[in-house]
Amino acid sequence: MPANGAPTKITQGTRTKGGIGESTLRPDGTLKVTGEFAYSSDMWHEDMLWGQILRSTVAHAEIVSIDTSEALAMAGVYAVMTYDDLPTDVRNYGLEIQDTPVLAHGKVRHHGEPVAIVAADHPETARRAAAKIKVDYRELPVITDEASATAPDAILVHEGRDDHHSGHVPHPNIVHRQPILRGDAAAAAERADFVVKGEYTFGMQDQAFLGPESGLAVPDEDGGVHLYIATQWLHSDLKQIAPVLGLPERKVRMTLSGVGGAFGGREDLSMQIHACLLAMRTGKPVKIVYNRFESFFGHVHRHPAKLYYEHGATKDGKLTHVKCRIVLDGGAYASASPAVVGNASSLSIGPYVVDDVDIEAIALYTNNPPCGAMRGFGAVQACFAYEAQMDKLADAVGMDRVAFRQLNAMEQGTIMPTGQPVDSPAPVAELLRRVKAMPLPPERQWESSEGSDVRQLPGGLSNTTHGEGVVRGVGYAVGIKNVGFSEGFDDYSTAKVRMEVIAGQPVATVHTAMAEVGQGGVTVHAQIARTELGVTQVTIHPADTQVGSAGSTSASRQTYVTGGAVKNSCELVREKVLEIGRRKFGSYHPAWATAELLLEGGKVVTDGGEVLADLVDVLEGESVEVEAEWRHRPTEAFDLRTGQGNGHVQYSFAAHRAVVEVDTELGLVKVIELACAQDVGKALNPLSVIGQIQGGTLQGMGVAVMEEIIVDPKTAKVRNPSFTDYLLPTILDTPIIPVDVLELADDHAPYGLRGIGEAPTLSSTPAVLAAIRNATGLELNRTPVRPEHLTGTA
Amino acid sequence: MRVNFTVNGRPQEADDVWEGESLLYVLRERLGLPGSKNACEQGECGSCTVRLDGEPVCACLVAAGQVEGREVVTVEGLADFAKQRAERGGCATGACGTDGKAGTSLQDAQHWAAKGQDSQTGEGTELSPVQQAFIDAGAVQCGFCTPGLLVAADEMLERNPNPTDADIREALSGNLCRCTGYEKIMDAVRLAAARQGEAV
Amino acid sequence: MDFLRPASWEEALAAKAEHPTAVPIAGGTDVMVEINFDHRRPEYLLDLNRIGDLYEWEVGEDSVRLGASVPYTRIMEHLRAELPGLALASHTVASPQIRNRGGVGGNLGTASPAGDAHPALLAAGAEVEVESVRGSRRIPIDEFYTGVKRNALAADELIRAVHIKKADGPQQYSKVGTRNAMVIAVCAFGLALHPETRTVRTGIGSAAPTPVRAKAAEEFLNAALEEGGFWDNGKIITPSVAKQFAELCSGACNPIDDVRGTASYRRHAVGVMARRTLTWTWESYRGTDGRANQKGSVA
Repeated sequence: MPANGAPTKITQGTRTKGGIGESTLRPDGTLKVTGEFAYSSDMWHEDMLWGQILRSTVAHAEIVSIDTSEALAMAGVYAVMTYDDLPTDVRNYGLEIQDTPVLAHGKVRHHGEPVAIVAADHPETARRAAAKIKVDYRELPVITDEASATAPDAILVHEGRDDHHSGHVPHPNIVHRQPILRGDAAAAAERADFVVKGEYTFGMQDQAFLGPESGLAVPDEDGGVHLYIATQWLHSDLKQIAPVLGLPERKVRMTLSGVGGAFGGREDLSMQIHACLLAMRTGKPVKIVYNRFESFFGHVHRHPAKLYYEHGATKDGKLTHVKCRIVLDGGAYASASPAVVGNASSLSIGPYVVDDVDIEAIALYTNNPPCGAMRGFGAVQACFAYEAQMDKLADAVGMDRVAFRQLNAMEQGTIMPTGQPVDSPAPVAELLRRVKAMPLPPERQWESSEGSDVRQLPGGLSNTTHGEGVVRGVGYAVGIKNVGFSEGFDDYSTAKVRMEVIAGQPVATVHTAMAEVGQGGVTVHAQIARTELGVTQVTIHPADTQVGSAGSTSASRQTYVTGGAVKNSCELVREKVLEIGRRKFGSYHPAWATAELLLEGGKVVTDGGEVLADLVDVLEGESVEVEAEWRHRPTEAFDLRTGQGNGHVQYSFAAHRAVVEVDTELGLVKVIELACAQDVGKALNPLSVIGQIQGGTLQGMGVAVMEEIIVDPKTAKVRNPSFTDYLLPTILDTPIIPVDVLELADDHAPYGLRGIGEAPTLSSTPAVLAAIRNATGLELNRTPVRPEHLTGTA
Repeated sequence: MRVNFTVNGRPQEADDVWEGESLLYVLRERLGLPGSKNACEQGECGSCTVRLDGEPVCACLVAAGQVEGREVVTVEGLADFAKQRAERGGCATGACGTDGKAGTSLQDAQHWAAKGQDSQTGEGTELSPVQQAFIDAGAVQCGFCTPGLLVAADEMLERNPNPTDADIREALSGNLCRCTGYEKIMDAVRLAAARQGEAV
Repeated sequence: MDFLRPASWEEALAAKAEHPTAVPIAGGTDVMVEINFDHRRPEYLLDLNRIGDLYEWEVGEDSVRLGASVPYTRIMEHLRAELPGLALASHTVASPQIRNRGGVGGNLGTASPAGDAHPALLAAGAEVEVESVRGSRRIPIDEFYTGVKRNALAADELIRAVHIKKADGPQQYSKVGTRNAMVIAVCAFGLALHPETRTVRTGIGSAAPTPVRAKAAEEFLNAALEEGGFWDNGKIITPSVAKQFAELCSGACNPIDDVRGTASYRRHAVGVMARRTLTWTWESYRGTDGRANQKGSVA
């Protein structure tokens, strides 16, 4: 036995089937293809009621009165609740700033804000009752942009702010401001031989997860409530829900139901508190399911942004400086706006070496729809702008656009604008080389001996061209995204791992609160357990709040952080298993005390391959269980004046080449190919990695050519809250997406892995825009590009 | 009102149906068949695709009263449906893909009945070729679009056993997926077609 | 809400006479969206699914009698030769699932300017057969659309069929949407050459309060083709003629700005589609076109 009891140093798990590095299949795959997988909207309970939310029909108004009497009098209606019916003094919630009313109080601040809730015996009864609630609004002028938000006489969206950002923002209608100053941008600009400036606009994108916001709240006998819910972070929900209900956290039991996609849109609460309130009021289970119309009002969106950039370069192509100002529209409530500002500012210059920068990012409070987390937030908007600038500047210098990027590409050791050194591989130039090296798709693929296949042309089945006006364009882009929670946030996860013998087999059970939203975390956790514990059978326990927090399924962090926690807990379990083995069998073989021991194939073996014991025998009559928290390296806050600080834990990089064909007369675009190269550190499950990259790539394409929530600037009302007019790419719009995966280990991360989910969403959009510019010769400073922008008919 | 129809080969009766209810609501909330999904309820996403007398349709756009006396196949019955089609010769021969007509006649659908299956873990569940291919190819992420895609893809392969990529894209153009970027879905359908070809 | 399930056409007419506010539902692709999203709560839903007659079509000497509920999928499969413009339009309708349910009767009943069938019907020439307990009548398609989402039906009438002239020459149909499938028209254009009468007919969708024909453009082109002897000599239409035709088609639009597109874009796009569809049909008429063949499965 090791004298000091320190963990045995081993190279574990390389011979266990189904471990990390293999493309094992999803454990929930069979349930999902048979329709048996229970999503949050599939929950059903005897005697359950249906909840319905009444939402504001105007964006900004004082509520003069609410009359619920007619609704309450309806047959089949069990409860109608407004602000006045809330059970405690805690009546707001929020991720970071608790500024969001559970139900509107005296005022509504955006179109679609919840005003009242109803529970009834049928969804139609609930809808009719909600329609009978009379709300008298006195409309107020709407704040919709920076000018109206910061005008001297601007109405304050939130009066009397006392949150932790309120002290340092220049105006109460600014949620958060983060400047980053490094070097001397003004002096560096003097050295520039070429300077390019640009103003860019990024439209409001929706996560558009397919599974609508939904859940079932069941009252418990002890006065508490059990909520079956689709979310990204159970414990964060719990922390916001319990105080509003006036319950201790232990009386609010939360179980993760099937989650039909998330992409950031389930980081904030939607119907959680409403369902619990109605369940507690009526004493009956209450189910709430949004329809698609309501879903567009029921979650935050990606921040639309205005971005102002100045880049300079010397005549040999070296970047001299970047000045930029990024204005994000956070809408009526803060949500994740502060973190979006942090990402946008700290990643605003992209993966390039620039010593002299002058950066500012702000998020506004307006009466537009609230905006918050969506895949790649902050970094997505910035990447669209800085990559457009890099093309412009390459053209000004007279260099090839890819070569210009490669010349200025960051690498390991580069200092970020925040002063933080990049201390793991940053293969930016190599990723660009790889996408450029891929063969281009053949020209004019729509032509065949039988004629034109319109399905392969811009316009598709709509039969708008048989090749007329079609011009090809190619564009490149690369991006940088931080992984995990930054800026000093205590980012940790918890894993409970148990090992025991069941039916004569060693079985590991992994229990975390990680929200599986489709990304495949459950697959990876089983792989990690197999690798670390040398078993084939792994049970993934349903995620709930009976185990410690896993943090959010966002920020590309779950495989890193909860994967890290599972690995860590498995290691601790392994040590305990070996201790039992030594206790039981140590006297039979000297290797128990002297050799490095591994768990493989259900056995304890020496690193030389000699079998010492079956795990079944070691675990006979015993089980081992460990629940432990695990943290990545700590980060620091950014200085509020200079933006300096080691704010990020890891970066993720992807590059894209887009090939488009544009019907230049009609302004219709078909993206032919979106080739991606990404460094993933270590691909724990290569099939899932590629799936993430392809999915992220297509979301980036969506906001390049079709996806946008359109808000009327006069009324701040949403004009297209449906899948008829908010368009997602169909399979006929989708290009081929070849993926080249690079695996350069980050020595600070578990297995050397790198968070992967967001980076492909960043560079996809600017690559498509660059390709369209290449095809049309147009400047195109906004995304998404609509046909009218390509035809001069906007 | 009361509605009587056949789902996955079994007669079903739904009572107290509100006249504005859709087939989708009746399946999900009254018959305990939530496999057909409620992503948009406006016919734009295809996640509720079922076969109504053999034709793929959006269950959200069929009024409950319209299915009186008709045959519906949902994702829950897809494996049995495919198996019985194969046993009956069905379109595994490729014959019904050639004339461009839908391959499952009402008569075929009437001969068909679902069998019980272990639904708790999914282990030991018999799957149709297209279901298996979706798992194997990594075409499932969140899985919310999956049931509708499976019903649509299965019907296309019944009609057209050797689809080109453009054929697959056209046939699945009414089914939105937000997770995968569709590439693995293409792989899955190609895989199912190839396996179907080998099986003949 | 009441759900009326007539088993026959006569029963349906009687029900509609008794309940003039009853909303007919066939494919459900418009009505159910409105019900699901709480935009409409009709007192009566009148289900037409059980009336088999509405799902049938007859190909006659000069025209096709198309039952109001014949799904778009069937039109694509079976009527491509007789009704090429409508078959092309049918192929642009939404998705395969919707095409399996929806039919021309629904498009006409809703009378949305964005309905995909309208430009093809206007270009081909058609009459809408409507009936009530009072009797049957045929409404020429040019008189059918009376306003935004309004048509010439009386409250007690139902659409039974559409009589569409069989193609006597090439027909084309184009629709602009901002994605490549499953999209509502930003604008659409149908064009039919009628060599027998030496005329050209057009139809424009989503670019005016109702579907419209570009009559000035038709008259101009008819005259130009006649003057130049084009119908006989089969020459390529001169670019200036095509250009003026396109401009006149743009001029026939009276569009609005909305979330789907700007008025200015719609005018522009209709002109482009007019020029292109004229080129495609004329090339086809001249018998020189090897490119007009569209692939795409038909079911």
